[in-house]
Amino acid sequence: MTSLGDIPIKVEGGTSATDFGNALPVLSEVRHALARLIETGEPTQIDLGAMPFGPGDEERLMALLGNGEVNATIDALGPTRIRETAFGGVWVVEYLNADEQRVALHLEIDEVPQMLRAQRDDFTDALAAIDARLAPVSSNEPADGQRTD
Amino acid sequence: MASSHHQPTDGRPAPPRQPDAQPSLGEILRRNGVSRRGFLKFCAATASMMALPPSMAPAIAKTLETARRPSVIWLSFQECTGCTESLTRSFAPTVENLILDTISLDYHHTLQAAAGEAAEQAREAAMQANMGEYLVVVDGSLPGPGANPGYSTIAGVSNYDMLMDTVKGAAAVVAVGTCAAFGGLPKADPNPSGAVAVQDLVKDKPVINVSGCPPVPMVITGVLAQFLTFGKLPELDQYNRPRAFFGQAIHDRCYRRPFYDKGLFAESFDDEGAKKGWCLYRLGCKGPMTYNACATMKWNGGTSWPVEAGAPCLGCSEPDFWDAGGFYKALSVPPGKPGDTLLAAGAAGAAVGLAAGVMGRRKVKAAAKAHRTVTADELEQKL
Amino acid sequence: MITPMEFLMWTKGPLFQLALTIFALGLLARLVEIFVLGRAHNYAVPRGSAVVGGLRTLYKRFHTDPGTFKSAPFDVVVGIIWHTGFIIALLLFIPHVELIKSTFGIAWPALPNPVVDAITAITLLGLLAALAHRLLHPVKKFLSTPGDYVIWAVTFLPLLTGYLAYHRVINPYPLALGLHILTVEVFLIVLPFTKLTHIFTVWLARYYNGATFGRKGVQS
Repeated sequence: MTSLGDIPIKVEGGTSATDFGNALPVLSEVRHALARLIETGEPTQIDLGAMPFGPGDEERLMALLGNGEVNATIDALGPTRIRETAFGGVWVVEYLNADEQRVALHLEIDEVPQMLRAQRDDFTDALAAIDARLAPVSSNEPADGQRTD
Repeated sequence: MASSHHQPTDGRPAPPRQPDAQPSLGEILRRNGVSRRGFLKFCAATASMMALPPSMAPAIAKTLETARRPSVIWLSFQECTGCTESLTRSFAPTVENLILDTISLDYHHTLQAAAGEAAEQAREAAMQANMGEYLVVVDGSLPGPGANPGYSTIAGVSNYDMLMDTVKGAAAVVAVGTCAAFGGLPKADPNPSGAVAVQDLVKDKPVINVSGCPPVPMVITGVLAQFLTFGKLPELDQYNRPRAFFGQAIHDRCYRRPFYDKGLFAESFDDEGAKKGWCLYRLGCKGPMTYNACATMKWNGGTSWPVEAGAPCLGCSEPDFWDAGGFYKALSVPPGKPGDTLLAAGAAGAAVGLAAGVMGRRKVKAAAKAHRTVTADELEQKL
Repeated sequence: MITPMEFLMWTKGPLFQLALTIFALGLLARLVEIFVLGRAHNYAVPRGSAVVGGLRTLYKRFHTDPGTFKSAPFDVVVGIIWHTGFIIALLLFIPHVELIKSTFGIAWPALPNPVVDAITAITLLGLLAALAHRLLHPVKKFLSTPGDYVIWAVTFLPLLTGYLAYHRVINPYPLALGLHILTVEVFLIVLPFTKLTHIFTVWLARYYNGATFGRKGVQS
């Protein structure tokens, strides 16, 4: 099956992304959020899906934000791609579903994006799981293929 | 096409459940192997879908943990199935599927496998099992109580009777699409079938209007998600539409707005202005009077929306949009031929003026003719 | 109950046609009558050109007479401000140009919306100041008839409703736009039968005035 990208499109008129100006206002919002993070430690999430972006606005914003040192993928309910921008503390979080279609696109202004943090509720579960692992070891060594749970 | 990446829809709508065996959404998700990170992601996506700020995600997570599975009965009346088509194309399948799996779509005669008697029985069973708690979704208008009910019936039951009967035990009614919300195309002048909107008939239950022809898919699921999450009605505007989606005019959120303000317009569909993406006001864009989420939520998974595709907004989410003047005539342009009226009335006025002037001149001439010269002596004699 | 959209379609459709009819009929009847009546024949030998004198005065009345300015500076300044603003808002706002194009088939460039918006705000303030002055100035107050206040309102309302519609203060929008169009229709209907006719007759008066003086060889 041919995908949309295979259909040749000839763009006339040469509209540049600068013609639609919603990238810079978002960058300015990021700037204020970053200032707030420094002053009060309050993180900010910006839903880019709620922005009235014109054609090319998102690409232009991403070009303005650039690339940083961290790239991460989380595999939960489909992949989530997290990328640090050239500006420390400013993260691009792209939520995808199992079919790699975008579900949401956020900017997070925080030390670490929420999705990357281990969840507090998981700690107790993890503790129990480790205890379960340790319990049989202390009594007798499980044989290969033997289930411990 | 050989394959489709849509999730199979078999097993939906689910058979009516026992009301005592209702797991919470949190339990359903965990049972489906969704981790807490996955749940967080689900909440972030849901917030985005509900047009709520991302900071609301924790609150959503909290309420979703305990949210119950509501039963939904979907009634289709005088409609074109465009709204259902739109709903099933709400991209973000994971989230949409979870929402649809989480709500129990007990009756939807277009989507359900059952037909005829079995289908109607499913509806009645769902109503009885969830009395007072289920959600009724309606797409399409229906012939009013005064109109011939024969214009639209299902299983020999008139739309009016079916709606009133189903709504009796409902918690709320969601009118999906402009037909259900405002009467839409069936109600367009001269309204041959006597079509009315749901809110014209349902007075004792809350009615949420999700207008659009069709509505933005994410807006339909967003409103359902909102009801599911918070269990109460969202904030509504003067037309009973959720403010989160219908709070702002297309015009005020349009990325082409700067061109309107600068006075840069496309004058035809293929001129220089159209190619440069200038404002479509002169081509009939109804953005200034239209309230909808197209400019931000967009269509086809956020690919584009009518104005971005170079087509003026038709105002499809507004009442009577079909009768609101030409689609491709500027909003300020009146219907008919005002120029001809002006010319005809002007000509008539000129004729009246001419007659009045001629009469006036005659009067002056007559006065001049009747004028007699008088000497001072004559005047003195008179006194 | 009439819906906001029905109200808008009513004001845009039949009522607009009616207003245009009354406006064109009334105005043309009055103007043509004035032309047909003409001027009394002057038997004196002309000392100058009536046409040149008329055209000169048509233009020269735009210059404020120093005496008038000295005696009533407020009226001159505020009057010029709001008259200019009114004409700009009427003729150079994009949707208005679009309406004129559809009615007369002619169009011209319009001003950017923020500019028209600011000018409208100034015009509204000018009209409010003019009303306040009329109410506070003893002589003006004495001379004012109820009709004068009606004319002020008829002039003020289209600007006000247009401003409110642009800023979406009245909801829903079809109601706001319908109200704006309705006030304009009232303006159009009363125009030929009140002192609003001066919009057209002022040019005739200026010309005749200048022509009379021009014929006599008087600079005016």
